[in-house]
Amino acid sequence: MTMQAASTEIASRTAAIVQDMKGLEGPLLPILHGIQEEFGHVPQASLPIIAEALNISNAEVHGVVTFYHDYRSHPAGRHVLKVCQAEACQSMGSDAVAAKLKQLLGIGFHETTKDGSVTLEPVYCLGLCACAPSAMLDGEVIGRLDDEKLDEIVAEVRS
Amino acid sequence: MIPRIYIPGDSGALALGAEKVAKAIANELAERGIEAKIVRNGSRGAYFLEPMVEVATAAGRVAYGPVKPSDVKSLFDSGFLKGGHHKRWLGAPDKIPFLAKQTRLTFARCGINDPLSLDAYKSLGGLKGLQNAVAMAPADIVKQVTESGLRGRGGAGFPTGIKWKTVLDTADERKYIVCNADEGDSATFADRMIMEGDPFVLIEGMAIAGIATGATKGFVYIRSEYPHAVAMMNKAVEVARKAGVLGVNVLGSPNAFDMEIRVGAGAYVCGEETSLLNSLEGKRGVVRAKPPLPAIQGLFGKPTVINNVISLASVPVIMDKGAAFYKDFGMGRSRGTIPIQIAGNVKQGGLFEAAFGMTLGEIVDDIGAGTATGRPVKAVQVGGPLGAYFPRALFDTPFDYEEFAKRDGLIGHAGITVFDDTADMLKQARFAMEFCAIESCGKCTPCRIGSTRGVETIDKIAGGIEPEKNIALVTDLCNTMKFGSLCALGGFTPYPVMSALTHFRDDFKPAPVAEAAE
Repeated sequence: MTMQAASTEIASRTAAIVQDMKGLEGPLLPILHGIQEEFGHVPQASLPIIAEALNISNAEVHGVVTFYHDYRSHPAGRHVLKVCQAEACQSMGSDAVAAKLKQLLGIGFHETTKDGSVTLEPVYCLGLCACAPSAMLDGEVIGRLDDEKLDEIVAEVRS
Repeated sequence: MIPRIYIPGDSGALALGAEKVAKAIANELAERGIEAKIVRNGSRGAYFLEPMVEVATAAGRVAYGPVKPSDVKSLFDSGFLKGGHHKRWLGAPDKIPFLAKQTRLTFARCGINDPLSLDAYKSLGGLKGLQNAVAMAPADIVKQVTESGLRGRGGAGFPTGIKWKTVLDTADERKYIVCNADEGDSATFADRMIMEGDPFVLIEGMAIAGIATGATKGFVYIRSEYPHAVAMMNKAVEVARKAGVLGVNVLGSPNAFDMEIRVGAGAYVCGEETSLLNSLEGKRGVVRAKPPLPAIQGLFGKPTVINNVISLASVPVIMDKGAAFYKDFGMGRSRGTIPIQIAGNVKQGGLFEAAFGMTLGEIVDDIGAGTATGRPVKAVQVGGPLGAYFPRALFDTPFDYEEFAKRDGLIGHAGITVFDDTADMLKQARFAMEFCAIESCGKCTPCRIGSTRGVETIDKIAGGIEPEKNIALVTDLCNTMKFGSLCALGGFTPYPVMSALTHFRDDFKPAPVAEAAE
């Protein structure tokens, strides 16, 4: 697909999402969630279309997108692994869990493996504080992480 | 009667393998040709026993836990469908000591039945509070909530009834009820459990709040880290609408109330009420200066009740059983019950709802049964990332808003993280500053810049660079952050930092080992 065709494609899919949600009260976050779900990230090309439809400036949309940790400017890997690094998990060794995952995957936080299989991210609390240390793999929750479970996770994201 | 098997669908239980257990049980049923109904309930909150499977027998429920998929065959062999003995047998769930010792008002139904069954909800007293409310004048509802002594369970402890009264008294053609379900504090999961395990109690509480204040629209702002809670609340709202609990005629009354579920986008600061309102409006989640109070100018500039999940979910029982009933529990100015969340390095972690007044020591040692690692408890952090670290010497502190404040702490959303003696309190103090730097909205200087300087200064202390001078600097910085920040993020980050410094000063001494190695 040429660059222009790609951006036309983004524009039309963005417009459809915006059209669908613009009647909501305070529609910007739901729209951005919808766009991220559609594209796996929030493409730059979507921003002016949103701004135009909501009658706000590009800068405002840009400001909102960049404020929130969830919105990505680039697509993530095929899997997204979020490892809790908050206090309850710290008390159960989440530092060591993160270190081991980084070593097994060969990447740091906020990085994606070269083969695009997985993105590793820290998360500050999954509400699984009585089952620490915990993680979330593509929306599935995993508690009481131990070496065995970490190996399973790594095997799954590599398969 | 077809046997009924209850397997929690709560995300805490799922994180411990409940889905695999459910599959194994379904397979085993098919293989043995047994007809049974599997109900996915919420969790009762005893996470050290999850996945906890229950069966309904002629003599009542019998629980088994923690169940592993590999236990399933032997459970069937032991006749667990009739409550037969097995190494995982726990007996009647309400007799399990961790659960039997609780006073469950807000969590009375959580984890017992299918969270989406409105009939099950009603069979255990659900909707009675709302039924009473629709027959009352708004001012009388507000009065009842005020008299119950209920205070905001999100952490601030502001009297819920007073907040409602301000909204009731502020005339406007449009008002809102906003539920703060941005439960970002580590060690807290009470909001998540209610939304996943008894969503109707929150919906009922919000509808009552709407009728009491003249608001017709509600929003639940749930953090994106809680996908299961989001899904459950969306389904529950649908069910409530179809049943006429929500809509133009709430329970057939002339009162209109409807609600929407909204999802956050990973910003911790949106748990602060004014940031949350900005976020709902589609803006950056920066803090607003107060006044104006949200009760007067809140969401879209309209009068808005903004309450935590647990505050709202505690309203139905107050409207059902009366203000005096609720107020009868507790101590001092902390009335009613509080769902204490025992987390971290603890043997018996989970949710423990009790009247205010238990001591920290009772909670950690008796209910929590000490650390999971079996090592001595060094510190407990009460109230999430912005709460103070308490040493064992302060374990006689009773769970009460004022008593915690007297000891330079806070109960916050009532989460408790237990740390064993391997914890490094300098590292924890540094993390508090680091977390504040990551999550600061950037609006006010003490929080935005103070947190980063705090990390640097604590690193100097760790490196043995002029430790006394830098400890004095951190203390001064904390003072500035505490009194100069706009909201609790910058304002309360000093609690963990200063408590670590005050109670665990040894951890801030330069490590002699590192010097010797050079």
